Amino acid sequence: MAVKTYIEAIREALWQAMERDPGVFVLGEDVGRRGGVFRATAGLLERFGERRVVDTPLAESAIVGVAIGAAAYGLRPVAEIQFADFIYPATNQIVNEAAKIRYRSNGAWSVPLVIRAPYGGGVHGALYHSQSVEKAFTGHPGLRVVTPSNPYDAKGLLLAAIFSDDPVLFLEHKKLYRLAKGEVPEDFYTVPLDRARTVREGDDVTVIAYGLMVPYALEAAERLAREEGIEATVLDLVTLYPLDRAAIVEAARRTGKVLIVHEDNGEGGVGGEVAAVIAETALFDLDAPIRRLTGPDVPAMPYSPPLEAWFMPSVERIAAAMRELARF
Amino acid sequence: MDHRAAGLTDAEAIRMYRTMLLARRLDERQWLLNRAGKLPFVISCQGHEAAQVGAGFALKPGVDFVLPYYRDLALVLALGVTSEAVMLAAFARADDPASGGRQMPNHFSDRRLRIFTQSSPTGTQIPHAVGFAWAARYTGEPFVAFVSFGDGTSNQGDFHEGLNFAGVFRLPVIAFVENNRYAISVPLERQIASPDVASRAQSYGMAGVKVDGRDPFAVYRVVREARERALAGEGGTLIEADVMRLTPHSSDDDDRTYRSREEVEALRQADPVARVRAYLLEQALLDAAALEALEAEVAAEVDRATAAAEAAPLPDPATAMRHVYAEAPERPGASTDRWGGAGGKGPEGWTEPAPAGGGTDGGR
Ligand SMILES: Cc1ncc(C[n+]2csc(CCOP(=O)(O)OP(=O)(O)O)c2C)c(N)n1
Ligand SMILES: [Mg+2]
Repeated sequence: MAVKTYIEAIREALWQAMERDPGVFVLGEDVGRRGGVFRATAGLLERFGERRVVDTPLAESAIVGVAIGAAAYGLRPVAEIQFADFIYPATNQIVNEAAKIRYRSNGAWSVPLVIRAPYGGGVHGALYHSQSVEKAFTGHPGLRVVTPSNPYDAKGLLLAAIFSDDPVLFLEHKKLYRLAKGEVPEDFYTVPLDRARTVREGDDVTVIAYGLMVPYALEAAERLAREEGIEATVLDLVTLYPLDRAAIVEAARRTGKVLIVHEDNGEGGVGGEVAAVIAETALFDLDAPIRRLTGPDVPAMPYSPPLEAWFMPSVERIAAAMRELARF
Repeated sequence: MDHRAAGLTDAEAIRMYRTMLLARRLDERQWLLNRAGKLPFVISCQGHEAAQVGAGFALKPGVDFVLPYYRDLALVLALGVTSEAVMLAAFARADDPASGGRQMPNHFSDRRLRIFTQSSPTGTQIPHAVGFAWAARYTGEPFVAFVSFGDGTSNQGDFHEGLNFAGVFRLPVIAFVENNRYAISVPLERQIASPDVASRAQSYGMAGVKVDGRDPFAVYRVVREARERALAGEGGTLIEADVMRLTPHSSDDDDRTYRSREEVEALRQADPVARVRAYLLEQALLDAAALEALEAEVAAEVDRATAAAEAAPLPDPATAMRHVYAEAPERPGASTDRWGGAGGKGPEGWTEPAPAGGGTDGGR
């Protein structure tokens, strides 16, 4: 098995999906000749041609809306939103259309489409190239929202998303694109769209995270284990909507002490829903109040390095919060 | 008005009139049922029938994809939706084929007839139509995508984004504006600064055509021509049909608050259903007795549809959690089940890749 980066895993998934199914095509801004501003679609135009690798006009609502029509016909479009920050013009198409088409037609129509969107900060992207947009798109039944934290999941989840008959918002953390490396099988495989993954086991404290915060939480957990003998369970949510409730409850019960970490703002974020699931189901198994460590409640991530660092949850801050909880 | 000049037979002209009349009577019946407290909501096609029927007869049902909006009762009847289906939706019954009683009435959908499900936010269907047209181009299947909407809706971003996309790729789309000069209460002068909607086609590199929406035969002709151009690879057309709204916006509206009775009365004098009826008489396609028989036949059909729908069962709340997500297992690689996977031949002028060489290398 070869070691690949997160972005290579995504590119490989797109390539394999297009090889496998002549109905799979990609569309978006700069995805063709440029191969994507992050190079996720590099090489696809040369291999699959302009019919299947489509540079579109700069118009997000059309990118998603056209993908909806093509998907309803029976194709499997993969739409790229260049940065998640620019997804909002397409919100109506995603939330009011894609998410509701199966339900409103009583199952007659469906839109098997994937919307890929690079999100997240720590990349000097400032307010409009750093956003975590998930809280705007979770809580819309009919739409799946997933985000991989490592290259293996990036490939398998993207293949699952492309071949799923539901619309999937596939969030790719920009900082992981080249930072995250790991073993990725050459073969076609899928990772379930509706399952969280336990990525570390320990009995003292549970960390629930997703995206970039998963490797950060793992590093914090290793450090605490090595230096202080604190053993953590780390649950990678993988699916942000719908949530894998059973896995969340099980992870919470295992230690009775839960830290939820995300980069998105705290209030209104995914962590609140995770906390509610635990409170509803496992309150009496808890040994400490549920704790959230999240991006602060300011409108978005500032540019200047000290301000950006102030915004981002770090390994140090995660470790500190875990230590406090373990000692509670 | 001249149905022969439009390439229509006498029998077709009569069928077009029958469809207009059926739409009008189904629509009127829904208002009665609404005022009687049996239907919570009605939204009308009255005054739009000629334009809609003209367009519907120019399309190929079950071949072309059609993305209508809430006024398009006469259009969908022309395509093959039944009176009973219309009434089942009006009564929100379980067997409503459009949505199983989930959506408001006149949110048409019929997969077999290739009528795509619609929502209520105006204009969202325009990019969807462009996506279907994209699929025609992609697969090589010969069909057009027809999308309709009102004059007010031509101000939505999705109108611009969708038609620009269609223009850039010369996709087989027919965008059909039913201009009744109102968006609820706001008149056309407050909607657009250009003299008309059709001239906007210029910005999208497509043909823009204005047509008298009270003349079903003229509308038939321009839609048929647009369809032929689209199928010949000559791109889309933006058609603007002048129509009239004879009713308030919906059963929840009171148009006395924003337009005079004189204005509405003047519109009634120009009612397209009466106009086509007069034409059929004048051309001796039907005589007074035949017209009366047709009225009776349509009235009986409306009665039957109403009775059947009213007697039909309501949806069971136990089904309300269904169809949120796919219920069938995932089928990797199965998209060709749905579209045949034929095609694969790019249109002229597009670069196609060299034949596949070797296996996957992750695209690096
Ligand atoms: C996005 C959106 N905004 C507002 C409305 C409320 N609304 C419904 S119909 C309508 C007027 C539409 O006018 P027009 O497009 O001219 O169509 P018409 O009803 O005249 O046929 C409005 C404002 C809506 N359905 N969707
Ligand atoms: Mg109008």
